[in-house]
Amino acid sequence: MLRLPGANPRTPGHLISAADLTRDDAVLILDTAEEMARVADRPIKKLPTLRGRTVVNLFFEDSTRTRTSFEVAAKRLSADVINFSAKGSSVSKGESLKDTALTLEAMGADAVVIRHGASGAPYRLATSGWIDGAVVNAGDGTHEHPTQALLDAFTLRRRIVGADEGLGKDLAGVRVTIVGDVLHSRVARSNVLLLHTLGAEVTLVAPPTLVPVGVGSWPCRVSYDLDEALPGTDAVMMLRVQRERMNAAFFPTEREYSRRYGLDADRMDRMPDGALVMHPGPMNRGMEITAEVADSPRATIVEQVANGVSIRMAVLYLLLGGNEPAVAHARATDPRATEATVTEESK
Amino acid sequence: MSTNKILIRGARVLGGDAQDVLIDGETISRVAPGLDAGGATVVEAAGQILLPGLVDLHTHLREPGREDSETVLTGTRAAAKGGFTAVHAMANTFPVADTAGVVEQVWRLGQASGYCDVQPVGAVTVGLEGKQLAELGAMHDSAAQVRVFSDDGKCVDDAVIMRRALEYVKAFDGVVAQHAQEPRLTEGAQMNEGVVSSELGLGGWPAVAEESIIARDVLLAAHVGSRVHICHLSTAGSVEIVRWAKSKGWNVTAEVTPHHLLLTDELVRSYDPVYKVNPPLRTDADVMALREALADGTIDCVATDHAPHPHEDKDCEWAAAAMGMVGLETALSVVQETMVDTGLTDWAGVADRMSHRPAAIGRLAGHGRPIAAGEPANLVLLDPAYRGAVDPADFASRSRNSPYAGRELPGRVTHTFLRGKATVTDGKLA
Repeated sequence: MLRLPGANPRTPGHLISAADLTRDDAVLILDTAEEMARVADRPIKKLPTLRGRTVVNLFFEDSTRTRTSFEVAAKRLSADVINFSAKGSSVSKGESLKDTALTLEAMGADAVVIRHGASGAPYRLATSGWIDGAVVNAGDGTHEHPTQALLDAFTLRRRIVGADEGLGKDLAGVRVTIVGDVLHSRVARSNVLLLHTLGAEVTLVAPPTLVPVGVGSWPCRVSYDLDEALPGTDAVMMLRVQRERMNAAFFPTEREYSRRYGLDADRMDRMPDGALVMHPGPMNRGMEITAEVADSPRATIVEQVANGVSIRMAVLYLLLGGNEPAVAHARATDPRATEATVTEESK
Repeated sequence: MSTNKILIRGARVLGGDAQDVLIDGETISRVAPGLDAGGATVVEAAGQILLPGLVDLHTHLREPGREDSETVLTGTRAAAKGGFTAVHAMANTFPVADTAGVVEQVWRLGQASGYCDVQPVGAVTVGLEGKQLAELGAMHDSAAQVRVFSDDGKCVDDAVIMRRALEYVKAFDGVVAQHAQEPRLTEGAQMNEGVVSSELGLGGWPAVAEESIIARDVLLAAHVGSRVHICHLSTAGSVEIVRWAKSKGWNVTAEVTPHHLLLTDELVRSYDPVYKVNPPLRTDADVMALREALADGTIDCVATDHAPHPHEDKDCEWAAAAMGMVGLETALSVVQETMVDTGLTDWAGVADRMSHRPAAIGRLAGHGRPIAAGEPANLVLLDPAYRGAVDPADFASRSRNSPYAGRELPGRVTHTFLRGKATVTDGKLA
């Protein structure tokens, strides 16, 4: 799993795009994350699985949320974590991505978690031969953010199917509406791909200026009308909309955007009972979502953050191929946990 | 092989019947079957194709300023290996070729090289800034005798400046070669806007940004009665506009690059910047329209847009990479692959599109001439039966940024003659 086409089976897998995941890959990650989530409920939230392995957080863009989430995930698996941020490092002195990668390689990084402003930078890192370690895409430009999509899928499965009942299951038939700046959103791209793989029905809602040319080939429906989409949705995912987009004429004013595409209490009431409100954060309260909605019981926003740690633990565990089952006692009779290990080792 | 007399024996002239061609000094003295060698050096050319030396309207030689990627000497050596006997050196050097001094410098470096004639292109505007006309007349009157003017790399987007440039160059039979790219529509553009860009999350370069400028400029050229040349046309829509303009009898010419005849934006899925180029690789439908337009003459010629870049400018993430590909040493092979081997045109057609017409557009005397007695001996001999994988390590160019590395292509230049002097012999620089 998580292998690029044609990759040498001896090289580690990577997680670059949600498109790299089959339905079974994705379900395995969600199931593994479910086990990881149980660790968070223990007094001692730590597993010895990745002891002696080194995970580098290579962040070319500021993102305290995502970096911290990966850091907590790696530390809970007992990995050594190095945070390498572009600011104040050799990168700010003009060092190339290649030279940074060669440096990390020389220091013995087993996995590199990369956030970069350029679409495709993680793919280049994984395929250029600069490093041997596993590469995890933590968000690249306007391309993808696959762990965000995984944690969103995990949140959906927990809430809609159930934590225990969901094990081994996908999201068949779940209706998800993604609203906002699809054009510039790596979260939307990864979610469309992953949710489709998991059997969900995805609708994108945005003003036509914020939908990419070429969206017709995506496995989803596109609507320009939020009110039309809401009654038939099990979850709505609100994307962050930068106010500066107004200056490039993507929409006339902040208020007009908010009126037509913002989620307020009236609109939330038109959603079916039990339908969820999601947001990848950070939110612009008052822009794409009102405070009333963000703080309502339907909102899963804080839960998504917690689930992010479980998902990232699962991804790091599966990629770095822990030598023993992730959680020794958990579901010892279930072959899936050991299967994951065997699969990684035998590949 | 630089003796005075050379007999090319048994070559298929323009792909036709086998002939012997005798070169005496700088000119062709006889073309007939069964010529006696006399004291001439004989080049056995059975099965090979003899064409007039190729002419490139669009070459970046990088000197002065970026000698780390190419010099006039290395670039002309690459040109000779590719079968070219004349190249037009684009103006976007450092300093920009926007004065008589710079174009004369490039012209003199070309004279000194001896591998290929170098005809400098002058900038349309000072510093390629699009604000103020460069001294076009001075560049024309210089030793370089500039007739082609271009801000290539940048579009002359101001309609008034473009109109004035078109009008002004009429005084000396000049032509403005436009890099058609509406700047506002291409801010942050990284690749063709379409299905692939939507998936890759790379900024889109829409076809309309090219087509809208071409539409404006053919209308301007018609209005002021001047001639305009469209650089590296890349979309099916651009073909339609040029076809319409020509149907009106307007003085519009256009070029297409070899890479736009073969490659599509699907290759960008690798995020390998070797495929990053301006204008960007388009779709399969565009490629087919371009081939058809080159075959029917709507597109006048093939021009390489040879754009050398140092390794570090391509060995990086996509957004940070430079745009452009080297092309001099693979152009003829790509044209054989896409136009000849597909049956869209014959070798006489290749001679027309890669030699006669570009020489005519650039008003280059002595190039693009028939293969006949009394004509200058600017010739290229190629083996069409050859097939082999492209290895950039073999290039004479100083740069290696070829999108064809490892790709098998047909045809190989065996000999190139510049005014009777062999610049390439048996595939190697003389």
